[in-house]
Amino acid sequence: MHALRDASLEVEPGELVAIMGPSGSGKSTLLNLAGGLDLATSGDVLVEGTRLNSLSRKQLARLRRRAIGYVFQDFNLIPSLTAVENVALPLELDGSSVRAARQAATRCLVDLGISGLADRFPETMSGGQQQRVAIARAVVGDRRLILADEPTGALDSQTGEAVLKLLRGRCDAGAAGLLVTHDARHAGWADRVVFLRDGAIVDASSPLPAAESLLGAR
Amino acid sequence: MSVKHGLLALLERGPAYGYQLRAAFEESTGATWPLNIGQVYTTLTRLERDHLVRALPENQQGQRPYAISDAGRAALAVWFSTPVAGTDRPRDELAIKLALALTTPGVDISGVVQAQRMATIRALQEYTRMKNQSDNADTAWLLILESMIFRAEAEVRWLDHCEASLVREARNPVSPPAQATAPAAETGIDAHESSRS
Repeated sequence: MHALRDASLEVEPGELVAIMGPSGSGKSTLLNLAGGLDLATSGDVLVEGTRLNSLSRKQLARLRRRAIGYVFQDFNLIPSLTAVENVALPLELDGSSVRAARQAATRCLVDLGISGLADRFPETMSGGQQQRVAIARAVVGDRRLILADEPTGALDSQTGEAVLKLLRGRCDAGAAGLLVTHDARHAGWADRVVFLRDGAIVDASSPLPAAESLLGAR
Repeated sequence: MSVKHGLLALLERGPAYGYQLRAAFEESTGATWPLNIGQVYTTLTRLERDHLVRALPENQQGQRPYAISDAGRAALAVWFSTPVAGTDRPRDELAIKLALALTTPGVDISGVVQAQRMATIRALQEYTRMKNQSDNADTAWLLILESMIFRAEAEVRWLDHCEASLVREARNPVSPPAQATAPAAETGIDAHESSRS
């Protein structure tokens, strides 16, 4: 039994790709493979030219810390740390000095327009604010692959939209994004939508046409 | 919606002639509804005949402005206060198409569902991009875009629901034969569940 088969997918810098499909179709597996959280039994996963299967456990962990950011449905912020400390944590774990990590985290919060949250603890923030901090944590230190698994699942639609906008903005600024969602409205933010069924890609929307073509058709 | 009420609404802002009305109409609907000038003039003629507007003297450029009458204002008020009834035709066509696909031999209904879903998602991507670009500049335009987004979203959810029903039907053929039920006619009890999967 394979969770995925014959699935081939390339995500370019600057591109946001949404993955849709019924439950059990392999969406999360695809995301976990792309992020090196799982290794494929066959086939290759390359992140910026590096073949994940060829790495030692330690090398893989390092690549995951440096090149890949994860955003989950339930934020996963550490409750005893402030927003800026949460964002700085991956850099510190990766060997940055506390001071340098803190500076980079602060810059990142400013970039994302949420510097006002820097000194707040997770429990004092709304879900939407926590998810924005989680996105900051996912992109801090110039990580260029962002993997988001139902990032709006726990948010109301307005807040979910703001989070998607932030993700879209990071991709427009050059990151590559992979978004798993069951929500067509959120998939609408993607450049491409890939549809999975029974572990195979059954469909993919082509790159978007010019804006005018759609209005003309109405 | 009728062009008639659209023009009355625009004339409520003040007298205007045909070309101005067309430009204002397209501006306020974000060009989603292109109107030809012939339609504008025919509609104005009918509105004048029904005493809902009156023609003012031609200006020096030979343009004839129209002004809304009291009867026109009353008709406009009724329009605004009456809920829109009836159906969305393209959606109806889709429901009928799916019902027919289910009962026509040799039609791959999941293929029909999937093709429609991808087309609708593509439209959704496009609306979202337009919305993102317009960035709160124009409330009327955003309102229209949002309406299209909600409609597309609803259609995808409905398609998900149809597909889930078909899968269940295929797994449990104990229920009445497929010909007996059209997916569009089923209840939405598990629509939420299937859309979250």
